Amino acid sequence: MAYLELNNVYKTYGEGTDSTEVLSNINLTIEEGEFVAIVGFTGSGKTTLVNLINGLLKPTSGEVLFKGKPVIDTSHERGVIFQNYSLLPWLTVGQNVYMAVKEAFPKEKKSVLNQRVRDYVDMVNLTPAFNKRPKELSGGMRQRVAVARALAMDPEMIIMDEPLGALDALTRGNLQDEILHIWSKDKRTALLITNDVDEGIYMADRIIPLKPGPNATLGPEFKIAIDRPRDKTALNDNPNYKKTRNAIIAYLMDIGEERKSVSATEYVLPEIAPKSFVA
Amino acid sequence: MEQEIILKKDRQPFSFVKPLVAKLTPKFNRGDLLGSLKKTGITVISILLFIGLWHWGAKALYDVEADYKIEKALTERGAEAAAAERACIASGDSSCQPNTLPSPSQVWASLQSLIADHKIIKADKAAFVEKMAATNAKLTAKGKDPIVYTGRASFIDIVFTSIRTVFAGFLLALLIAVPIGIIIGLSAPLRSAFNWFIQVFKPVSPVVWYLLVFMIVKTLYIGDSTDNAFVISFISVGLCAMWATLVNTAMGVSSVDKDYINVAKVLKLGTFQKVFKVILPSSLPLIFTGLRITLSVAWMVLIAIELLAQSQGLGLFVWEEFQNGANDSNSKIIVAMFVIGIIGFLLDRFMLTVQNMVSFNKNEAV
Repeated sequence: MAYLELNNVYKTYGEGTDSTEVLSNINLTIEEGEFVAIVGFTGSGKTTLVNLINGLLKPTSGEVLFKGKPVIDTSHERGVIFQNYSLLPWLTVGQNVYMAVKEAFPKEKKSVLNQRVRDYVDMVNLTPAFNKRPKELSGGMRQRVAVARALAMDPEMIIMDEPLGALDALTRGNLQDEILHIWSKDKRTALLITNDVDEGIYMADRIIPLKPGPNATLGPEFKIAIDRPRDKTALNDNPNYKKTRNAIIAYLMDIGEERKSVSATEYVLPEIAPKSFVA
Repeated sequence: MEQEIILKKDRQPFSFVKPLVAKLTPKFNRGDLLGSLKKTGITVISILLFIGLWHWGAKALYDVEADYKIEKALTERGAEAAAAERACIASGDSSCQPNTLPSPSQVWASLQSLIADHKIIKADKAAFVEKMAATNAKLTAKGKDPIVYTGRASFIDIVFTSIRTVFAGFLLALLIAVPIGIIIGLSAPLRSAFNWFIQVFKPVSPVVWYLLVFMIVKTLYIGDSTDNAFVISFISVGLCAMWATLVNTAMGVSSVDKDYINVAKVLKLGTFQKVFKVILPSSLPLIFTGLRITLSVAWMVLIAIELLAQSQGLGLFVWEEFQNGANDSNSKIIVAMFVIGIIGFLLDRFMLTVQNMVSFNKNEAV
């Protein structure tokens, strides 16, 4: 039995003639301890897919099974790292993490919970910023808080929705390493949604492209047969890496072309100009 | 290169003094100083201009009124009476002064006389309390009510009555509007159920609110001889002013950022936790915006309501002075006007400070 299973999942927004099918016929299985990356264009329905798996959305048809049971609601077993961090701006770093920890372990003593918060904030190297509010942090630091918050709840599976999308290349590299380090420590199952093929290859065991929506569906999977721990600089010379990377990019380019030809309808834009408030 | 520079710095004997001096000298940026001077200067100039314009306008009105008086004396009682009238007006005698918009200096004099009056009343009160101390001690020992000072209220007392009324009304508005706002903000059906109610009652005039409250409180106080003017006026003020808070709270609660709601769902917060840990903190800025509007509306409608309710506050003061028609009545009214304006301004500043304290930057993507 697979750890996470999506069978013939369809997701439609709206009703009747106005409805658009965002996802169609999604089939995905993830085994325990696996690191899977889903790569796709922006607007291809990646976030919808994530919300179906974490339980924020329900599929229009088909089923999402987690450890054999249908996903009907969110659960502490599946930790989520959102694309836009989603930290509560009126709470400090420590308070943001504490809130999650307190919900995940309602029976624990306060001192134990506090220690847990400190440990996880320390793990993402944010102890100096413990009492700062999200507004005072940089984008990378905010994302690390979000990572600490998700992991402190001790989830069995981590779902990451383009977690590093808004970061600069250097911070991105560092956080990739941090996430991998944490993942390799106790081999949680991980699902990474990304638009960066290199990031997927560096981090995941398998890469599955998402064909762009509407009617987005999963493409053929690419296995990444590169030994861990992976070295970013050495990766460039790895023939396997090059081959896989080229194959994935070629596939994505192909479906990109396909999409262009499909949506050849010309849209007539209305003639509007920005309103001037000065004159 | 960098290394060299640091070495050179270290060799200077008093290098450690520099940062210390920099710390101790107040940071007066030339531009900042000029900017703030300019700003204050503009304010001062505009105030002076205003007073000048007022003085000039008051003078013109005074002349019109004086000319009319003299003309009237001339046509009705002859040239002699007109000369006498002119002399009387010029002498500044209070019996024949034209009654019009008072000049700034008259208003200033009235303010001082009101303060002097307050000192006299205060002394009176203290003397009364001292005189009655023994009697009151006996009365309380016997279990009777002590005798209290019931003399006329001074201007300062009147101002404080008004402030008390506004705060009581504001508190009432807060206690009614915030909980109801939260509840209807959380539930869309309740929101539509309340919508007509809010739309109908929001534009009702303060006068009508007063009459409505009067009808109810009068019946509730039947057989009770205590003065209920204060109760009526603060309830009316509260009911008049609460709508901004009600609408803003409902809006703030119903429009919480979807990201925060998703966080609450993923963390599996209970309903109570979700409301108090996520929804309320995120709508606090809007709630406080509402409260700020409520406080300024409360202060604005206060005058009309105190006037109607005969509550011993600024509204009644203004009305009584107008009815009184004494020589300095008009300038006392203007004093009251400025006091009302300045207190309103201070209340608004206070609320703005509180609002800024609870706000976080909502626009920033966090």
